[in-house]
Amino acid sequence: MAAAAHDLSKSASVITLRNVNKWFGQFHVLSDINLDVKEGEKIVVCGPSGSGKSTLIRCINRLEEHQAGDIVVHGVTLSNDVKNVETIRRDVGMVFQSFNLFPHLTILDNLTLAPIWVRKMPKKDAEEIAMNLLKRVRIPEQALKYPGQLSGGQQQRVAIARALCMRPEIMLFDEPTSALDPEMVKEVLDVMVELAREGMTMLVVTHEMGFARAVADRVIFMDQGEIVEQNEPEEFFANPRNDRTKLFLSQILHH
Amino acid sequence: MTDVPVGERKQLAPPVDDSGPLGWIRRNLFSSWGNGITTVVLIAALAWILSWFLDWAVFTANFTASTGAECRGQGACWALIREKLRLIFFGTFPYEQQWRPLLAIIAMLAMLITTSDRRMWRPWRLLAIWSVGSFVTFLLMFGQIHIPLSLFLAVALVVGGVGLAFRQGIGTPLEMNAYRALAAVGAVGLVLRFAGILPAWKLPITPFSYVETGLWGGLPVTMILATYGLLFAFPYGILLALGRRSNLPLIKGLCVGFIELIRGVPLISLLIMASVMLPLFLPTGVTFDKFLRAQVAVILFAGAYIAETVRGGLQSLPKGQFEAADAMGLNYAQKTALIILPQALRVVIPPLINTFIGFFKDTSLVLIIGIFDFLNTANQALVDPAWAGYPGEVYLFAAFVYFIFCYSMSRYSKYLEVELNKGTRR
Repeated sequence: MAAAAHDLSKSASVITLRNVNKWFGQFHVLSDINLDVKEGEKIVVCGPSGSGKSTLIRCINRLEEHQAGDIVVHGVTLSNDVKNVETIRRDVGMVFQSFNLFPHLTILDNLTLAPIWVRKMPKKDAEEIAMNLLKRVRIPEQALKYPGQLSGGQQQRVAIARALCMRPEIMLFDEPTSALDPEMVKEVLDVMVELAREGMTMLVVTHEMGFARAVADRVIFMDQGEIVEQNEPEEFFANPRNDRTKLFLSQILHH
Repeated sequence: MTDVPVGERKQLAPPVDDSGPLGWIRRNLFSSWGNGITTVVLIAALAWILSWFLDWAVFTANFTASTGAECRGQGACWALIREKLRLIFFGTFPYEQQWRPLLAIIAMLAMLITTSDRRMWRPWRLLAIWSVGSFVTFLLMFGQIHIPLSLFLAVALVVGGVGLAFRQGIGTPLEMNAYRALAAVGAVGLVLRFAGILPAWKLPITPFSYVETGLWGGLPVTMILATYGLLFAFPYGILLALGRRSNLPLIKGLCVGFIELIRGVPLISLLIMASVMLPLFLPTGVTFDKFLRAQVAVILFAGAYIAETVRGGLQSLPKGQFEAADAMGLNYAQKTALIILPQALRVVIPPLINTFIGFFKDTSLVLIIGIFDFLNTANQALVDPAWAGYPGEVYLFAAFVYFIFCYSMSRYSKYLEVELNKGTRR
């Protein structure tokens, strides 16, 4: 697949991590992470559970706080300044493993909430954008239902549409298909592939190696809080260099 | 199992139950010998108690006696209730003016019943219902109200400020300018008023004769204490609950300390403190109405309990809801008002209504500081020597009135649970 063919070398970095460290109590969950994400780049992060991959992307929109090093998103350095954090969160969309839709709001209200309250968009405009996005994720007919009435795959597509409603420039996906029944994984991945084709900058924590091969510019393997290896997908899967990568790949590819 | 292809198998009907009322009785009341005997014994006992009660309360009861002596040797002496009805309902409110508390009760009931309709749950509608309802209620009870200039100014400031905060970026420029003007007039006016430049003018509204709170009594007192106690305790309890979960140690500490302190003392001691000790600490010349002090004590007390109930709801929400709201860039106020509270309060409707019912009845403790609520005016009806000897009738009647209120709240809680969870149930 020629996904990595477009030239990223000229693009600017939209996310920069320099020597980022984080501890949960005594546990060193991220150690000296350095990472540059170019505009339009699609990165897949994989690794065994507890390797810090979720924590890494959750640090980028400050759902987790890093304790040392710098994280710069769109030229804004993350700090305790609430204004900075809110600016970054507006431009960075996030999709969670457990969807986290708001169960007391209809699908449409789930989508329009942030544009109306954070972007101060008139309700009518927000609803128009929301309906267009629901068409894109192929469930416009569910707009007036509540999240509890939808299947897992539909809920996750709504969650993607909800994040896109804010017109983000970067999308973070935290294991978006791990909580889904197998037959629903494809419908969510299809939406994500489409999004990638449109040029969105994406950081995806996933074990869907087919997805990584299809759209990723770079695959990052993490273990014990470190970035162990990163490479273009063909190279990464064909010739893993590190022993830990080899072990991991053998475990997930041949069960 | 025959080899019929999937999907073409005959759909079997569920087993036929012996339905209908006879079937129900057979299944539930006489399913076995033991069950049957229990049913017969219980029905016999119920019938015996009911016949005894009806005999006392209806068939041999006296509805027309003019003194207690005439009731002797008969069933219930309901004539006592008839005779003392106005004392029980309105206490020592001037006798010829008692249509006023009656209308006040009706106004409050109208206000509560309209509020319970979900279609009225819009900020401006609620504000209109409660300002008109409260104004009518207190005008009827006091008879005369003097509205100070500073109250008008404060309202202008609050309306302007709230408008500016919540309609920012949504309202038209004209609308925003109106809010700015209101806020400015309110703020400047208040400063001038406290600097003594504006006079202490009051808008007098005096359609009736003035009746001080010391003369109030009966059902209006119970309803006012409970309604306004809970009206103020509810938002304040929510703030306490949010404060208790705050990341800021000082706010958290204050809220925890306050909740534990208030919950740790009996309401009676709080009422006594409010009525006896508070005046000692106030500078001479400054006095607060006793009724108002009791009302504040009830609010403080109810707030602490409501806070703990609401906290239960806050803790029941999955962490993902907070994270999703954060990730979208909502600020703390938006996250709390739009995502967290609507879900947390739905969860705690049953315990919340439980607290409300408890407080409706607890208001009778104000007797301790000499305020006559409904139960205490009912008690007063027993003092008359001409009607001595019939406490059962009076307390039964009082219990009946309390039951109507509490049972309505309980049913409303049930309705609310169903109504609010309509779309969200799977």
